[in-house]
Amino acid sequence: MDNIRSKVLHILRGNARLTDEQIAAMLGVTAAEVGAEISALEAEGIIIGFSAIINEEKHDRSAVTAVIELKVSPQIENGYGAIAGKIAQNREVMSVQLMSGGYDLAVTVKCDNFRDVAAFVADRLAVMDGVLSTATHFILQRFKEKGALFPSDADDERSLVSP
Amino acid sequence: MINYDNILSERVKNVQFSGIRKFFDIAATMDNVISLSVGEPDFKTPWAIRRKAILSLETGHTRYSSNSGMEELRHEICKYTQNLTGIGYEPKSEVVVTVGGSEAIDLAIRVLANNGDEVLVPEPSFVCYAPLVELAGGVAVPIVTRREDSFKLTPEALKSAITPKTKVLILPFPNNPTGGVMRRGEVEKIAEIIRGTNIMLISDEIYAELTYGGEKHVSIASLDGMRERTIVINGFSKAFAMTGWRLGWVAGPEPVITQILKIHQYAIMCSPTTSQYAAITALSSPEVRRDVDFMVSEYDMRRRLCVKSFNDMGLDCFNPEGAFYVFPSIKSTGLSSEEFCERLIKAKRVAVVPGTAFGKSGEGFVRVSYAYSLKHLTDAMTRIEEFLREIK
Repeated sequence: MDNIRSKVLHILRGNARLTDEQIAAMLGVTAAEVGAEISALEAEGIIIGFSAIINEEKHDRSAVTAVIELKVSPQIENGYGAIAGKIAQNREVMSVQLMSGGYDLAVTVKCDNFRDVAAFVADRLAVMDGVLSTATHFILQRFKEKGALFPSDADDERSLVSP
Repeated sequence: MINYDNILSERVKNVQFSGIRKFFDIAATMDNVISLSVGEPDFKTPWAIRRKAILSLETGHTRYSSNSGMEELRHEICKYTQNLTGIGYEPKSEVVVTVGGSEAIDLAIRVLANNGDEVLVPEPSFVCYAPLVELAGGVAVPIVTRREDSFKLTPEALKSAITPKTKVLILPFPNNPTGGVMRRGEVEKIAEIIRGTNIMLISDEIYAELTYGGEKHVSIASLDGMRERTIVINGFSKAFAMTGWRLGWVAGPEPVITQILKIHQYAIMCSPTTSQYAAITALSSPEVRRDVDFMVSEYDMRRRLCVKSFNDMGLDCFNPEGAFYVFPSIKSTGLSSEEFCERLIKAKRVAVVPGTAFGKSGEGFVRVSYAYSLKHLTDAMTRIEEFLREIK
C-alpha cells in the first residue's frame, strides 16, 4: 500500500490512542505493518512523542498560557539555534519556533499563575544575552487545539436519530 | 367534537409512522446518550458551498427559479451524472431539481403507480418507499435481501416476485441500512430480467459517491437498453453533507420527466433557490471535490474499523461497501432487534436503530451509523462490548 506513512500520520494526528490493530483495520493492512511504520517514524525522528490534547484552563483555573514574541540577535555560526535551544530548556516552555516577519522567536509558556509568567519573562527571558525585546500575549480562551475543537462534541446539532 | 377518524383520508391513516421515529422518542427522553443512529454526515457542508449561499442571499437572489430548477444547475447535474455514471441527460427536458432525494422518490413513484400496481421494494431499505407507494395507490411488495447474499438483490428473488401486476422495481443501492451495493455483474443480471418486461426502475443512487473498495458505483441506467426504463434519483444530502438544504434531483427519459414536472410544479413550484445556488458550487468547485473526497476516505476508514470492532466482539458484521452504515447481526444475543436496542440504550446509553425499522427482514440486525468522529465511535464500541458481556 503506497502512502501508508502519511495515512498513519493522519490518523495519529487525530487520535494517538488507537491501537495498531484499530489503525490496521482502518487502512486495510496488518497490525504488524502499522507497528513497523510507527517504529520507523519514531526512529527517523518524524514522530517525536505522543501527548494528550488538554484544555489546560479547564483542568486548572489559575493556569496561564502565554505566547511571547521575542526579538533576538542571532549569533555568528549558530544563528538562532543557540538562543532558541537555551530557551527551550526551561520546563515552562511548551514550544519555541523561529518565525518570519516582525519578530524572531515565538515562545509558548505554561505556568501555574500570572505571577510565574511575569517572573519567567522578567527574570529569565528578558535578561538573557541576545534577547532584544519581548512582547507577552496571554491566551484568554481556546477554541481549537491540534485539530480538536473545544468543547469536543458539543456542536453536534443533529437529532439523536434520523433517517 | 369532530371525529377526525371519519374525516381523515383512509389512505393516509393506514400508513404507519417510521420505526426510526418511534425509537427516537425513546432516545429523546434520556440524557448522555451516545448516538450512532443518525443518517446524516457529521461533517459540515463544505465552506465553498456555504459561502456561495451567503453570497446569493447578500445579493438578493431570492426569487423563484423555473419549475424544473435553475438551468445552470441542471447543466451541472447532467455533467456530474455523466462523470459519475456515464449516462447523458438533456438538461432542458430530462432533469428536475427536487426538494431532497425524498421528493424525487415520491415523484418517481407517483408518476408510475396506478391503483393496484405492484411496486417491488428490496428490503431492508430506507423507510419511505412502501408508505409512498401506498399513498400513491400502489401495492408495495417487499423482496427480502439476505446477509448470505451480501444484501444484494438476486435475480432469483426478483424473478419470483414479479407478477403480471408488477409495474416498478425500486433499486435502493448503495443501501441504507445494510451498506450493500450492486456491482456491475450483479446489475447486469437484474437488467437482463427487466429488459424483456414493461417494468420500470427507480434507482435511488443518493449514496452513489459513498461506494468503497476501488470499484465505483454502477448505475443500472448506464446498461444497454436500461436508460429508457429507469428513473434515477440522486441528491446533495449525503456526499456533499447538505442534509438541511433539502436538494436532490430526478433524471430520466423525457416523457417521464415531463409528467413528473407537472406534479412538482403544482406541489412544490420550485426548489429553494438559495440551495440551488449553493448546489451549483457543490458540483462545479474543485475545492468542494477535494472536500468530498476527503469525507469519503474518512468514512472508509471508519467503516473498516466498525466492521472489525463488531466482528471482534462477536457480532457477525457484513462488510458493507456503500453508504455510511454497518448492519451487524445481533442474533447471537438471542434478543430481538428492538429488545437489543432498548436494552442497549437503557443500560449503556448508546443509540442504534433496530433493523426492523427498515422492514420485517431487518429482524436480527441493527443499523449503526459511522458518520461520527473516531473518538465517538470507539467510545460507543467500548460501551457495546461491555453491554454484550453483561447480558451473556
